[in-house]
Amino acid sequence: MAASDSDYAQLAADILSRAKAGGATEADVVVADGQTLSVQVRVGVVDRLTKAREKRLGLRVFVGKRSATSSTSDFSKESLQRLVSETCTLAKTVVEDPTSGLPEANQMATDRPDLDLYDGTILSTENQIEWAKRGEAAAFAADERVTNSEGAEFESSSGRVVLANSHGFIGSYNGSSFSLSVSPIASDARTGSMQRGVWYEVQRKFARLASAESIGREAARRAVRRLGARRVSTKRVPVVFDQETAGSLLANLCSAVSGYGLYKRASFLLDQLGRTIASDLITVYDDGRMIGGLGSRPFDGEGVATRKNTIVERGVLTSYLLDTYSGKKMGLPSTGNASRSVGESPSVGPTNFYLVPDTKTPEQIIGSVKEGLYLTELIGFGINMVTGDYSRGASGFWIENGELAFPVEEITIAGNLKQMLKDIEMVGNDLVFRGRVASPTIKIAEMMVAGN
Amino acid sequence: MTEPVQLATFGVTEADARHVLDRLSTRDVDYADLYFESRVAESVSMEEGIVKRAAKSISQGVGVRATAGEKTGFAYSDDLTKKDLELAADTARYIADSPKGTRMVPVPIHRRPAHDLYPVDRAKAEVATPERIALLNEIDEEAKRYDPRIKNVMASFNTEYKVVVVATSDGVLVADVQPLSRLQISCIAEEDGNRQIGSFGGGGRVGFEFYRDRNRHLEYAREAAREAIVNLSAVEAPAGVMPVVLAGGWPGILLHEAIGHGLEADFNRKKTSAFSNLIGKRVASEVCTIVDDGTLPFRRGSLNMDDEGTPTGRTILIEKGILRGYLTDKLNARLMGIGLTGNGRRESYQSVVLPRMTNTFMLAGESDPQDIIRSVKRGLYAVSFGGGQVDITNGKFVFSASEAYLIEDGKVTRPVKGATLIGNGPEILKKVSMVGHDLKLDNGIGTCGKDGQSVPVGVGLPTIKVDEITVGGTQR
Repeated sequence: MAASDSDYAQLAADILSRAKAGGATEADVVVADGQTLSVQVRVGVVDRLTKAREKRLGLRVFVGKRSATSSTSDFSKESLQRLVSETCTLAKTVVEDPTSGLPEANQMATDRPDLDLYDGTILSTENQIEWAKRGEAAAFAADERVTNSEGAEFESSSGRVVLANSHGFIGSYNGSSFSLSVSPIASDARTGSMQRGVWYEVQRKFARLASAESIGREAARRAVRRLGARRVSTKRVPVVFDQETAGSLLANLCSAVSGYGLYKRASFLLDQLGRTIASDLITVYDDGRMIGGLGSRPFDGEGVATRKNTIVERGVLTSYLLDTYSGKKMGLPSTGNASRSVGESPSVGPTNFYLVPDTKTPEQIIGSVKEGLYLTELIGFGINMVTGDYSRGASGFWIENGELAFPVEEITIAGNLKQMLKDIEMVGNDLVFRGRVASPTIKIAEMMVAGN
Repeated sequence: MTEPVQLATFGVTEADARHVLDRLSTRDVDYADLYFESRVAESVSMEEGIVKRAAKSISQGVGVRATAGEKTGFAYSDDLTKKDLELAADTARYIADSPKGTRMVPVPIHRRPAHDLYPVDRAKAEVATPERIALLNEIDEEAKRYDPRIKNVMASFNTEYKVVVVATSDGVLVADVQPLSRLQISCIAEEDGNRQIGSFGGGGRVGFEFYRDRNRHLEYAREAAREAIVNLSAVEAPAGVMPVVLAGGWPGILLHEAIGHGLEADFNRKKTSAFSNLIGKRVASEVCTIVDDGTLPFRRGSLNMDDEGTPTGRTILIEKGILRGYLTDKLNARLMGIGLTGNGRRESYQSVVLPRMTNTFMLAGESDPQDIIRSVKRGLYAVSFGGGQVDITNGKFVFSASEAYLIEDGKVTRPVKGATLIGNGPEILKKVSMVGHDLKLDNGIGTCGKDGQSVPVGVGLPTIKVDEITVGGTQR
């Protein structure tokens, strides 16, 4: 790619001075570019190859307390000039919002720590195809009941973000990611019924990826173990959430403590700061500066320094996730959690948001259940963030006398998130980051499982 | 009829396009196409009584694709110079085994799309921001007037204007202008510490005047407020298997999740769908006939042509309970040896074409909706839904009610809290015992996700009775 960091810095500076000339009292600019190579292999042959480069510029202007945002992929001089003037005009037409504005100048990040987010390894197309083929082949080889496949995908991408604002702040960082996912299908020769298993890994450094074979084998195990799943009768039982489903529950907590939901009164955790919202086994961090973390970045979407925030400490809610706007609404400073997609106003998002592990192994947790559900998959959107009401499609394994007895499917689990967080009675020791939100295995004392 | 769009809009000549198609069409390539897209999207949003946010986004680019056997090579670029197009073509044809040989590509014939379903007078459709702001302010007032317990109103108005040109190696050059807009409202009601949300919205391939026509925007506001107020008195939902009556319109999301995705050709070609090999077999009761129709004027899911330039149409998926057909794009139609249905769709130039639904609905039956409710001794009456999801391979699907009531002794009684309903796609429609005469299409709010791509869709349903389905409440 031709453009250098300093080209983009110059571009951002030009846009900011044009915005000022157009009547903006404050402004910020984000420029992002990146490239992606993705290969999908299915049943041993290349199914799809995708290669792309993209770039995008986002602008936010303030005219006093009025603001507007815009974005474009067209970097031609005339087009950018028109965009700046249209955005200034747009800002003048909206209503004044007394809360709006950039962060204060003294809140801008001053350090640029190296968070080890970038790996310049360039993989050839052939190499990526090889990785995907090996992953899928390992799934087929692992078990004869693996008879089909949705394919395996290997993707490598890298990109850069440059942010500048009218306080004189300018910062940039590079990031990369390498991922392999494998989706084999197992079938039951007798009934013909099919089950899909998926396993994947994402790393910022190519060298840290697990082997294609180990990912493929795990995907196969996950498909095969679901064969013969059946329903269970409706009853209240303990529910053990595995890492993946516990991570999904933690993501719900993350939404509930995000500033935008709170000031709109659309969260079930309203007015709970300093209060007990979860069992005392629960401590949650959001760490924007975890070395090599998938959600790490030196500064947030407004240029505020990221940091490690304690969100929940032994069950007590100690911090919300805030950007400047939602922080002002709550009467609190930003926590460095502004998340910014190039074309939009900042919002709030997690960096690396995780539940601190305890000492129990997943086996010990399952072993503590006489009769209950080991939950491995959730589907649907049955979560009401305003009330905390929770009802989702589920599948997993039925636990009998501390052992996984048989796979179950076509059931739901229901409760209320407020109670579920308080009912967490065991936390596992198995925290692994596969995304920006992660959790070890957890056990909830009791939920309603609906089936037959 | 709007003026035909030209490649020149993208600063590309026809000779350039043909040159790239030639370059793509090596000996093993079965098919290649170029998809030029320019999109302008605008939005305004309101909360706390203030229209705080206005945004505009502009994107333009080209997607370049070649297919050979089952293989697809794809590249996209937001730069449209000849060099960028050539580079993309070289990437896309990489999948061919013999990248050097060439084949003749016919001179593309200019075609108009098959339909003119959403002629929009741009001058009338586009209004200045102050008019959009006024619309949102009236919504805020109307919702709060509906009931003083409505404490916060959140509303957003989004429009997009897409211009696409498709040039294909089978000799087609066709363009379309695709407007799309949506008004979405959520209200939060509060009473004695009990807070509830209600949502409503609508839209389609329509201009701004649609929302002021018959004060639709105020009707939407009252509906969102009404749902929030109803939910203030909702009791815990029941858990377990019971009969469920689905109201007409948006609850048609049942069809989208339970059978629609399972009938998309890609999953069936790969034999990874629970519906694989079920053509001609009974998958629903006799009262069920279900179609996918991309040709309904002004509808959110409609298109004059699909994203491969194929005319959209009406496809019978299930006829009196028997599975009749799949939804196809060019790649899967060719590999399966079946016809094109005009369902090849993509989110943008940055994404590949997949077989997708347009507007999916069940045809009206003969029952009186009141009789349907009266026939249930104890069950659920579900009026509105949030999202749904399906596992294609095992057929299990869910969809989540956002407004529902208990039916007790044939009467609709208390509202219940939202609950997820779960079932098995190839089985659930066999349990449909009554279909009302009141077919209703949804208001134009649906967005379907597949493989990370979102496309606008529609659904529709008459009032129906499902004899048994699992309801995921909390009470025995």
